[in-house]
Amino acid sequence: MFENLPLWPARASTLAGNVDALYIFLLILSGFMCLAIFSMITVFAVRYRRRAGVEAEQIEGSNALEFTWTFIPLGIFLVIFVWGTIVYFQGRTPPQGAAEIYTVAKQWMWKFQHIEGQREINELHVPVGRDVRMIMTSQDVIHSFYVPAFRVKQDVLPGRYTVAWFHATKPGTYHLFCAEYCGTMHSGMVGSVVVMEPAQYEAWLSGGGASGSLAETGQGIFQSLGCSTCHRMDTQGRGPNLTGVFGKPVLLEDGRTVTADENYVRESILNPGAKVVSGFKPIMPTFQGLVSEEQLNALVAYVKSLAQPPAGAAGTPNLKPPTSQTPKTTK
Amino acid sequence: MAAIAAPIPERENYLNKEYGIKSWLLTTDHKRIALLYLLSITFFFFIGGFFALLIRLELLTPAGDLVQADTYNKLFTMHGQVMVFFFLIPAVPAVLGNFLVPMMIGARDLAFPRVNLLSWYLYMIGAVIMLYTILTGGADTGWTFYTPLSTQFATNVIGAALSIFVVGFSSILTGLNFIVTVHRMRAPGMTWSRLPLFVWANYATAIIQVLGTPVLAITLMLVALERIFKLGIFDPRLGGDPLLFQHLFWFYSHPAVYIMILPGMGVVSEIVSCFSRKRVFGYKFMALAVIAIAVLGFLVWAHHMFVAGISLYAGMVFSFLSYLVAIPSAIKVFNWTATMYKGSISYSTPMLYAFGFIGLFTMGGLTGLFLAALGLNVHVTDTYFVVAHFHYIMVGGMVIAYLAGIHFWWPKISGRMYPEFWGKLAAMIIFVGFNLTFFPQFVLGYMGMPRRYWQYSPEFQILNVLSTAGATILAVGYLLPMLYLLWSMRYGKIADENPWGAVGLEWMTTSPPTTYNFDETPVVTWEAYDYEHPPLREVPVER
Repeated sequence: MFENLPLWPARASTLAGNVDALYIFLLILSGFMCLAIFSMITVFAVRYRRRAGVEAEQIEGSNALEFTWTFIPLGIFLVIFVWGTIVYFQGRTPPQGAAEIYTVAKQWMWKFQHIEGQREINELHVPVGRDVRMIMTSQDVIHSFYVPAFRVKQDVLPGRYTVAWFHATKPGTYHLFCAEYCGTMHSGMVGSVVVMEPAQYEAWLSGGGASGSLAETGQGIFQSLGCSTCHRMDTQGRGPNLTGVFGKPVLLEDGRTVTADENYVRESILNPGAKVVSGFKPIMPTFQGLVSEEQLNALVAYVKSLAQPPAGAAGTPNLKPPTSQTPKTTK
Repeated sequence: MAAIAAPIPERENYLNKEYGIKSWLLTTDHKRIALLYLLSITFFFFIGGFFALLIRLELLTPAGDLVQADTYNKLFTMHGQVMVFFFLIPAVPAVLGNFLVPMMIGARDLAFPRVNLLSWYLYMIGAVIMLYTILTGGADTGWTFYTPLSTQFATNVIGAALSIFVVGFSSILTGLNFIVTVHRMRAPGMTWSRLPLFVWANYATAIIQVLGTPVLAITLMLVALERIFKLGIFDPRLGGDPLLFQHLFWFYSHPAVYIMILPGMGVVSEIVSCFSRKRVFGYKFMALAVIAIAVLGFLVWAHHMFVAGISLYAGMVFSFLSYLVAIPSAIKVFNWTATMYKGSISYSTPMLYAFGFIGLFTMGGLTGLFLAALGLNVHVTDTYFVVAHFHYIMVGGMVIAYLAGIHFWWPKISGRMYPEFWGKLAAMIIFVGFNLTFFPQFVLGYMGMPRRYWQYSPEFQILNVLSTAGATILAVGYLLPMLYLLWSMRYGKIADENPWGAVGLEWMTTSPPTTYNFDETPVVTWEAYDYEHPPLREVPVER
């Protein structure tokens, strides 16, 4: 409602209405509280203004009133807390099967890598009516991915991935702002999110992206950097077979079990000693400084693509869960 | 410094007891130290205010056309650092608290008068370093110094960090002094439950100052060390964690906002009571509330980090605790309102400021509820909504409370009355200017305008123009008291001991007081705010 009132941005995602509902509730509640307090103060200030011969009545207090105005606000605050938590969990739990877009933020631009291979700078094309998951990292300082029309914001950090998701509901072009001060041109680190009808989006996808999908790019890097030397597709490699690893639990040398998510894959490339897989030796060299953020994204996309071996792929070995891999390196 | 006031010819007081610059720079009299602070913080208020004006002038147009981007970034950084560390944090405790806490408890000075002077010198050393930082270009990290921007990029970080590091010790020592003073120097009969709420408020503030400020000092030191020696505490490429900085920084900086507001709440309690001629409603709850705010204030820091990369569950914990800390503040607003019920209310200048405080603090506090709501926070954090929220509390609340206190105790401090007409006029100009400046920023924030933007999308212009218009009105409002308070020191009506008919030990000494406040240690036999049986004009002593 009231789309044309300059009080809030367009509602262009499934989340926007939920956030605005909470906002409007709080506006009404606050308006009511302000009205109550201000009118009481005004009435008292007028009714009890100083007059000759009229003394103030000394009232010490009232425990009953104190408890009332402690516990009623507390109750209301708890309601707001629960409501806010629900909206937060909704807005920050990406659904399964969301389309993925990798983001690299740098001073002072946004770089996007679509899975299909398109690359964009400062402009992000997405299809309407689909869940989209942004996997984001920064090349330098902390930035923040903010699309007011989607009511979505997530800080983008150097050294790890953070995730935001949205489900766009209205085709159109919406502001993208950096929302974490990042230096000189922080206010210039802006762009647009272009939400397209599915057919248009497909057309746009096929129109760009010359170099193949992101995973294919990643496969190329995997080979050119020599990863495939140790991470072989059979059980003979010095490093774990990466087929089917992504998204599964991994048992580490020190007994911990972690999930092989995007951050795990990225960390394993840049700081392999941090989490050594059980049964393997800590001999993987670090690729810190040898691989850019975009290349890392491609590698992550490639490893992800190994989770589902393509139908009919020849020579792909049996996908044994890595936790049951037995050590194979011999001294 | 010598002819600071035309003294009452016969009576000796703390102002005319000794003349000369040495008698001021080497004083240990808490009242003189309070005036030294008054000069220093007023100076920085106008520096910080000048930066704010430049910011608002730039924001008149969407394009960045007044100053360069780097300059703008320095302006908002220095505005924040100067206002927070060199004005807001010391304002009420170091000026009004220093002046009044000993008198309010019947003592002749603070527990450690020379440490008090040291506090001021530490402030001044920090101030000189800050001025040096400003004059050599200013830092551009934002007042929040987030890493890795501050450790790897940015400029003038060491200067800014060092100045704040030093001034932090001023704050710690003042806090220490107040805690010991309130525990050990109360006059006979001045029990904890008879303490004026202004003393309770400064006591709670002092606890936060002592416990929290060292964390800031360490954090800034780590930033400086990382910047110089590349230690890898916050740099992920060296194995560090940028989020660690945020936790450390906000662990102090959230309680810091309570350092800023609690003393102001103490001022408002004194004023509402006096100008309603009534004891404060719910004294015990009011005293407990400031302690509760001080304690709970240490538990909510990560509500500044809901989108920073912390887990959803951590977010939940801090959101919940943030709602808890809102409760005692709400209680205070209700109690002030109830104090006015069946009072005998005068619309004197301090009371006008107190009305303004209650209204604006309520609005600022309610918008805190918006920000504590996790799902809503995601949309409005890092936007002008936050800027509006904290300015409502800091400027609409704290600065107004500070001005209220300055006016209320001006007769005691200077021995003169300010001109009431100009006082009321300035209060109203400030109220109007303030709302016009900051209310549009709530709307701007929800519309999506991020903070710290030198240039912005054109649809945000109209609200920015309104805000800048308000800022110029506010500036006029702030200039007026500067002028008429100075004027009153020479030409103001001479004040007697208790021009307001208030209850409190400070009103039972001369205006201005003598150096040791009381001729003999008073004996207190009345409850706080006993307007029913106001104590005798003469301070009762032990015979």
